[in-house]
Amino acid sequence: MTTVIKAPGESAAERSAGSAGPGGGKPRSDGMVLNVFSHGFLAVWAILIVLPLVWLALGSFKTDSQIGASALSWPAHWHFDAFGRAWDKGIGGYFGHTLIVLAFSVPLTMLLGSMAAYVLARYPFPGNRIIYYFFVSGAMFPVFLALVPLFFMVKRLDMLNTYQGLILVYVAYSMPFTVFFMHSFFRTLPTAVHEAAVIDGASDTRIFFQVMLPMAKPGLISVGIFNVLGQWNQYILPSVLMQPQSGSDPERYMLTQGLIQLQYQMGYETDLPVLFAGVTIAMIPMLVVYLSFQRQIQAGLTSATLK
Amino acid sequence: MSQVARSKGRIGFIAGFLVLPLALYLTFVIWPYVQTFGYSFTNWSGQSPTFDFVGLENYQALMEDEVFRGALWHNLLLLVFVPVITILLALFFAFMVNAGGRSGAGGVRGVRGSAFYKIVYFFPQVLSLAILAVLFGAVYRSDAGGLLNGFLAKLGLVDPVHPVEWLNQPDLVLWCLLLVVVWHGVGFYLVLFSAAMQSVPKDIYEAALLDGAGRAQTFLRVTLPLLWDSVQTSAVYLGIAAMDMFVLVSTMTSGQFGGGPDHHSEVMATVLMRNFLYFGKSGYACAMGVVMLLLTMILSIVTLRATRRERIEF
Repeated sequence: MTTVIKAPGESAAERSAGSAGPGGGKPRSDGMVLNVFSHGFLAVWAILIVLPLVWLALGSFKTDSQIGASALSWPAHWHFDAFGRAWDKGIGGYFGHTLIVLAFSVPLTMLLGSMAAYVLARYPFPGNRIIYYFFVSGAMFPVFLALVPLFFMVKRLDMLNTYQGLILVYVAYSMPFTVFFMHSFFRTLPTAVHEAAVIDGASDTRIFFQVMLPMAKPGLISVGIFNVLGQWNQYILPSVLMQPQSGSDPERYMLTQGLIQLQYQMGYETDLPVLFAGVTIAMIPMLVVYLSFQRQIQAGLTSATLK
Repeated sequence: MSQVARSKGRIGFIAGFLVLPLALYLTFVIWPYVQTFGYSFTNWSGQSPTFDFVGLENYQALMEDEVFRGALWHNLLLLVFVPVITILLALFFAFMVNAGGRSGAGGVRGVRGSAFYKIVYFFPQVLSLAILAVLFGAVYRSDAGGLLNGFLAKLGLVDPVHPVEWLNQPDLVLWCLLLVVVWHGVGFYLVLFSAAMQSVPKDIYEAALLDGAGRAQTFLRVTLPLLWDSVQTSAVYLGIAAMDMFVLVSTMTSGQFGGGPDHHSEVMATVLMRNFLYFGKSGYACAMGVVMLLLTMILSIVTLRATRRERIEF
């Protein structure tokens, strides 16, 4: 028994001892070659990721003619005026619109999604499975399939180009995934705590808000990150639903829509530094949030995919 | 008595928790989906309140629509190449990050700075497709101001007077778009595969090492089979992304809702949107939506079936 346990350690010691000796140089040099090789490949891909982003950000300090003349030029001066112009062109407003929508749509998504998921996961009743599959099946359908009638539905409700319209649509389209994920999460929570709360005489509603939701915090964070990113980056839904309906109807573009709008506009006005500055402004908060929460974001997004 | 009251209260509670989510979901998701099926059999224009039932006419027209058939072909090309290239690159880098380091007494190790690489690689995933569209629109610019042309000109691979018009070359445009999707996705799937690799117990690798397996062998015979579940899921997700492509195509290529030059980058989603919002052929657009749905469903089922292996527990 002892020999079995000792075997791997002994052999590893043998290996390293052997590779240190003159005859056994091969394994180590093999490792070295691979190490250099893998660092090389990894560094190349890292450069391919970083370089275009940095290049674009540098472009906001160049002049329009400089951008057109040569890609590899260095900014002649470090003026921030393109950022100011981009902000005036509406980037500030687009930011605000997106924040307003997400401030309501994300909490509402989480609340309604967890409520439905909780009831479906914890309370057996006739039709439970049907409603569950009904919710989850929505995750499979491409959004294009619903686009035409959705537009007319929102139009009939008189909610085209309104925040409340987009908020409700975002919540509805986030439902399948949120319900799916939270359903599997509520299933894993221990039943003993729930039973104890019942014995203490807590009502079902109170158990949900004061016992179950706090216990589901890790799941809520994962699916919350997923929803924030998904709704922040959504382009198709606002580009169909958030167009001004008449001359007096103000523009309420989302940030993604606004950037594309800015791209068209700057193509005519030949002021590319403004476009690059606009994109840089849009990227900075993502970069800050990403660097501060990168562990949670990576874990949240990947676990959300695998569920 | 109290039992009855309790169960009555419970029904109220269940209904109360379900009513709002269900109502929203029915109004904005399910009902439009159902309507799409209905409208796909009509000649509804979207503007007029009246329409006629035309049977399968829209579907017949769809089969003869050269533009739509071209778009379908492009989607199928992307459907094959996007998942294959992204997954292979992600697996390669995940292996490098997790097992490319020096081997020592403790067996195979990850490279130094693996955390740094993962942070950098994953970042494109949090950027919106709109940002990617502007970014790569600038990278692929058709003059010396584009990053790609500027770089290749510096290396002497491209004539600076006649740079490559990446997004205006019929035979290049689709591949340029494909590279954007790969650039965007590799980091995400690398992190996904890394997490799966790290959940494989160390002693399995040690046992393989003891048996004299090399790194390549370890990867092919040990790591890959244990990762198969994640690879399968990734293939389905990437396949769905390849069926979409609307944002990139419509914003990066020429034409109304993109698709240019001369429909060489057309995908089903851009044809659908053009017919709906530009030509006002809503019924026809709905038929395209139904075809897209059927293809997505077939794709998911085929991928899950074709890649089915015996699940390995560990």
